[in-house]
Amino acid sequence: MAFVPGQPLTAVVQRIEIQKLQERNNLILGFSIGGGIDQDPGQNPFSESKSDKGIYVTRITPGGPADVSGLMMGDKIMQVNGYDMTMVTHDYARKRLTKKSEVVVRLLVTRKSLEQAVKQSMGPKITPKCDNSVTQHY
Amino acid sequence: MDNESMYSAYSFKSSHSRTSRKHRERRDKHRSKARDSSLRGDKSVSIQAPGETLLDVESTRGDDRDDNWGETTTVVTGTSVDSVSQEDLTRISKDLEESSPLECRRYFGVVLGAVLGLFALVTPLAFLALPQLLWRDNLDPCGTPCEGLYISLAFKLLILLISTWALFLRPTRATLPRFFIFRCLLLALVFLFVASYWLFYGVRVLEPRETDYRGIVGYAASLVDALLFIQYLALVLLEVRHLQPAFCLKVVRTTDGASRFYSVGHLSIQRAAAWLLDQYYSDFPVYNPALLNLPKSILTRKMSAFKVYNLGEDNSTNASSGQSRAMIAANARRRDNSHTEFYYEEAEVERRVRKRKARLVVAVEEAFTHIRRHQEEEAVVSSPKHPREVMDPREAAQAIFAPMARAMQKYLRATRQQSYHSMESIIDFLQFCITHNMTPKAFLERYLSPGPTLQYLDSSRGRQWTLVSEEPVTASLRQDQVFTLKRPDFSLVVTVTRLPFLRLGEEFVDPKSHKFVMKLQSETSV
Repeated sequence: MAFVPGQPLTAVVQRIEIQKLQERNNLILGFSIGGGIDQDPGQNPFSESKSDKGIYVTRITPGGPADVSGLMMGDKIMQVNGYDMTMVTHDYARKRLTKKSEVVVRLLVTRKSLEQAVKQSMGPKITPKCDNSVTQHY
Repeated sequence: MDNESMYSAYSFKSSHSRTSRKHRERRDKHRSKARDSSLRGDKSVSIQAPGETLLDVESTRGDDRDDNWGETTTVVTGTSVDSVSQEDLTRISKDLEESSPLECRRYFGVVLGAVLGLFALVTPLAFLALPQLLWRDNLDPCGTPCEGLYISLAFKLLILLISTWALFLRPTRATLPRFFIFRCLLLALVFLFVASYWLFYGVRVLEPRETDYRGIVGYAASLVDALLFIQYLALVLLEVRHLQPAFCLKVVRTTDGASRFYSVGHLSIQRAAAWLLDQYYSDFPVYNPALLNLPKSILTRKMSAFKVYNLGEDNSTNASSGQSRAMIAANARRRDNSHTEFYYEEAEVERRVRKRKARLVVAVEEAFTHIRRHQEEEAVVSSPKHPREVMDPREAAQAIFAPMARAMQKYLRATRQQSYHSMESIIDFLQFCITHNMTPKAFLERYLSPGPTLQYLDSSRGRQWTLVSEEPVTASLRQDQVFTLKRPDFSLVVTVTRLPFLRLGEEFVDPKSHKFVMKLQSETSV
């Protein structure tokens, strides 16, 4: 997941669909994000490389919509509803996630264990398993 | 409050009267003996007359060592005042060989330089005076220009005189083994110069009895100018050239490893050695031969582990070499515990020294509280009360020396310094401290840390050092030269390193360029 400028980034991602929950006056997703190109990447506890300025999931409210949908702490968010999240500011990411007009949010997230799962599954068998994991080229 | 002050005055007086008077008479008896020994001019240690006790015999009972001050030192002591022992003989022979070479050589160069300088100074005056004396009537009259030249000549001569006195008429502090090249060069130059001027004068002026007096005065003025320039050359060569540092000298003393680094300029080896010795006397702590060795208990234990028996073989050389080889191998294989013993012994010694130091500090602080400087205006107040004895510093020092003497003796013995400080010297120093209002800490500073060698010298006689070098000592310093300065007891090994060439670069920092950003790490919940 290390970003080399000028080279295409390849990652194994998982599609997660979260339904926003209406709580009082706003729609919440139930997790917290950290990171962004305007933030300090060295203090990110979840990133593999400490120069990775992507958006990461730092906290998940247990029982919330994100938890229910299978989002895990430490996931790196690659796309939100089709919009790229790998090279955005923290505020832009927040805005994309909290649009009042959208009730459903479709995320593409990646984590380290996905890579290993794909490798394992591709090992002895010829055909890949059909699951939510997709190899996305950027 | 009244009672208290009276009580303290009473006790002070009583202690003062009881013990110190006894001490005073005892010390007066021994003082003459001590003075004799110090006048003998011993060089590196002060030798006390034997049998001089530090305190009353009663107060030192229970001490685990002897009562006599300085008796257990390892340095040269005389056995008695009258007989001449082996140590005395070696000492006397050392004295003899030190004194004679120094006295004569010291003054030879100075005398030569002084004669030449005087000759050079007198020459212009002679140039002016001789025509006047010899053929005054034939001289052309010379009005204002000559008088101007007279004035300039007079002032230049005065300046020459003053600067010669300031620069060259200082007592030399060292005699160098070989000629000091620059000084010889300058003396030769001055001599050649003045001689050639005299030659010209003799041929061109004295012979034909030259009548142009103005020319003669101009000639004398040019001589004085040239002498001033030679003095400028001397200044640069002798004083200024070596001021810019170019070499770093590392000086290590062979006996205990004390080392220093010094920066010097371009000097010859002998001049650098002389300069270095000046610094040695004020920088290096004094060499104490008693502090050097590992305790004997540790060293001897190493050797006595194995006994080797010769089983009666006839080829003796083979047996002896085999024996030594076997011993060495056995020693190498044996598990060596001497380092632990050394460690514990050192810890023990350090603890003992610290304990004695604590006792000494407390004793001195207490002793100093018994003394107070007498204020003049108190005389009126104290007269109706108990009259206090007013003492001069010497008596005051002796009075307060008594309670601290034993602690001082034990501490000096623990740090092996007892040979450097006699009782007399301690009382003298105590008197000095009292006179100058020093605190106990200032008094103790001299004994708690070994001071520079200069403190323990008597400066009446010169010190003989030998310069050992593989290159001629008039060669100038170069990178990686090594030379040694030897004395009978120890030597100083000097290594020369060139100071690195510095390339200083420049970087301009705009004061407006100092800007900062916060390192953000925000977490937003969505």
